Amino acid sequence: MAKKLPKVDVVTIGVGWTGGIIAAELAKKGLKVVGLERGKDRSTKDFLMVHDEYRYAIRYELMQDTSRETVTFRNEAKERALPMRQLGSFLLGEGLGGSGVHWNGHNFRFLPYDFEIKTMTEKKYGKNKLGADYLIQDWGITYDELEPYFDTFEKMAGISGEDNPLGGKRSNPYPTPPMKETVITKRFKDAAKKMGLHPYHLPSANLSKSYKNPDGEQLNACQYCGFCERFGCEYGAKTSPNVTVIPTAQKTGNFELRTHSNVTRILHDGKKATGVLYVDVLTGEEFEQPADMVAVTSYVMNNNKLLLTSKLGKPYDPKSGTGIIGKNYCYQILPGAAGFFEKERFNTFMGAGALGATVDDYNGDNFDHSDLDFIHGGSLSITQTGIRPIQNNPVPPDTPRWGKDFKDKSIHYFNRVLNIGAQGASMPHRQNYLDLDPTYKDAYGEPLLRLTYDFTEQDKNLYKFIADKSAEIMKEMGADTVVTNKAAEKYNIVPYQTTHNTGGVIMGADPNTSAVNNYMQMWDAENVFVIGASAFPHNGGYNPTGTLGALAYRAAEGMAKYSKQGGSLV
Amino acid sequence: MADEEQKSTMTRRRFIRNSSLIAGGAAIGGGLLGTLIGMNLDEEERTSPNKLTGHNQSGNGQASNRALMYFTDKENFQVLSAAAERIFPEDDNGPGAIGLGVPYFIDHQLAGNYGNNTREYMQGPFPEGTPTQGYQSPLKRHQIFDEGIRMLKEISQKNHQKKFDELTGEEQDKILTQFDTGKVKMRGVDSTTFFNLLRSAVLEGAYADPLYGGNNNMDGWKMKNFPGHQGSYLSQIEAKEFKEIQPQSLHAFFK
Repeated sequence: MAKKLPKVDVVTIGVGWTGGIIAAELAKKGLKVVGLERGKDRSTKDFLMVHDEYRYAIRYELMQDTSRETVTFRNEAKERALPMRQLGSFLLGEGLGGSGVHWNGHNFRFLPYDFEIKTMTEKKYGKNKLGADYLIQDWGITYDELEPYFDTFEKMAGISGEDNPLGGKRSNPYPTPPMKETVITKRFKDAAKKMGLHPYHLPSANLSKSYKNPDGEQLNACQYCGFCERFGCEYGAKTSPNVTVIPTAQKTGNFELRTHSNVTRILHDGKKATGVLYVDVLTGEEFEQPADMVAVTSYVMNNNKLLLTSKLGKPYDPKSGTGIIGKNYCYQILPGAAGFFEKERFNTFMGAGALGATVDDYNGDNFDHSDLDFIHGGSLSITQTGIRPIQNNPVPPDTPRWGKDFKDKSIHYFNRVLNIGAQGASMPHRQNYLDLDPTYKDAYGEPLLRLTYDFTEQDKNLYKFIADKSAEIMKEMGADTVVTNKAAEKYNIVPYQTTHNTGGVIMGADPNTSAVNNYMQMWDAENVFVIGASAFPHNGGYNPTGTLGALAYRAAEGMAKYSKQGGSLV
Repeated sequence: MADEEQKSTMTRRRFIRNSSLIAGGAAIGGGLLGTLIGMNLDEEERTSPNKLTGHNQSGNGQASNRALMYFTDKENFQVLSAAAERIFPEDDNGPGAIGLGVPYFIDHQLAGNYGNNTREYMQGPFPEGTPTQGYQSPLKRHQIFDEGIRMLKEISQKNHQKKFDELTGEEQDKILTQFDTGKVKMRGVDSTTFFNLLRSAVLEGAYADPLYGGNNNMDGWKMKNFPGHQGSYLSQIEAKEFKEIQPQSLHAFFK
């Protein structure tokens, strides 16, 4: 029997970027917030030993313990889904700050096109550009409406950047100047300019200089040490929830953080949530935490899973096309090209997760798709994230995978290879979705989430086009050999690709085609707010954090309003 | 020499102290912090000739951890060592897997979380999946290595009437290629899975921080011009020329 605790105003399920933002904003307004985090507490001082590629990047020190919780996967519905037994294609986070600890810090705003993708695509290319199996839809909010929230997130995070000539309008410049120009970023920019493209420095959450954010949190200057993605920052120079919104929430006295607290259910009466059920992971004790508002703020996977196991919202059925939860699961398409330079060596081992340069000439609808067999595109970037020796063994094509020749070439080319990579947009397809697995269970006896996903024709066409563009820039940069990446026939969950999973609890203006409104408020349960990239109706041509951060500030405003007036916010 | 040693120890202590200050947060501003780190690095660089004399930061020259935690039969360890050396052989670049201590690295890893798949989903059922669904064997990594090594021994006996580690390099490569291409029948797992595990483990042992028992003397890093753990590249990130920097391991924190 669960022990019932005193009621609070707000409970957040997970304390990463979205949970942290909700906690900070509502606690500042005087609401009592409890944050339930399944993992352990951690802060900057826990990252002193972080320059350890093996422990963090290979053995996944900061990632989810899949012996307790994972997903099952199949390419298509006629196959039997099997567990992702070890992390691969994406790296789910665990612990305070969530993936906000081990991100690289690429902080973009989705394009105005993204938010009105259906309307704008149909207007320009007609109704049948992609066909009925692709479930693109407008987000129920425009870029201009979301702009103030982007601005708030960027100021909180101290983002370092410069204007994107092809991006949406900004009300304010970035709070800190762009990161340093290096031989590599300059080489990319010079080549891009020569080709008539519009390069700019990648907007970065590795800060170019020390910065005090509007909440009074001190962020430090990046040291370019080369250990960002998969690592935490020992300098407090990569913005994370742990150095910003979580301490901000704690300073109010209105926020109580409970770590090792794994939520297993959202409790509700069919109309509204009454609270959550959670397990103390260390003792096995079960607790009921009643709350006036529930913020579902874990990663995409668990946001979907919790709604499904709690029977909140209508599960998506791919056969009939009805229902919402689990629908429009999207990923990211990652075309690119590698350049091998025989006569030059680059300081590729130095860098920062978000040190780079980008062009958006092939992103969104910044180029004409009339004669193309896909929509959207992707941002193309060169990044200098800091390469490390276990993971980076670049060899020219046709080199053996092991032995003398492999060793010799992988050593020779270690500092002689540059990569251009795209964050390609991913369009929803009716056969790509999330539901509950009928067989496999987690450590609490709950079903695992089941992922059914494969790349579509749209994905492959986008891939080829963008990969060729990457190769063109790489050639212009002067590489002796350019290797254009090839699209995979099938999505494979084994090799790492990206931790940019989106969708399943999508936002929109219509309760028939979306799970939450543009305040992330559930249509089916007005005091439940489901916040994160789970709300994206499709995935854009950028890393998702900047956009989900903006949506979290929008949700926080909605929850504050709801605490006063109740009812639907739209 | 002693004086230099002391100086660099102090530097590192100061680095740790400064880093704690960062962790403390409020006590120190970011601007000041940046300056401290910059000074720190300069001092570190001034004392670096000391390190160039070949001081073994790994601490495993005559290391106390060069014994077996996992393997019980030394012959199996020798087979593993021979196979690892073929994957990453000694050449003009520098030492191979054996010279780098990779077999010890693998042995130690097999004894712990890695070998026992402790952070991985190991609940059944285990039906055969598609290649895109990934690893679906009930075998733990240490069992896969046991089976793989058993088959390496068996095949070399059968084909050459010799122990695997007594074969010529070419003969060893031929057998390893059979594993790589999935031609060897193994119990509970396909031979490509074993080979891929072995290949990854060899590269991990060659290039992981020496604290894990491989990458002896940071020679793996030196071959690749990888400087390992460095506090900051702030003063070098804009450099036009390639920087060769003496590597440093995490032992730097504990001197």
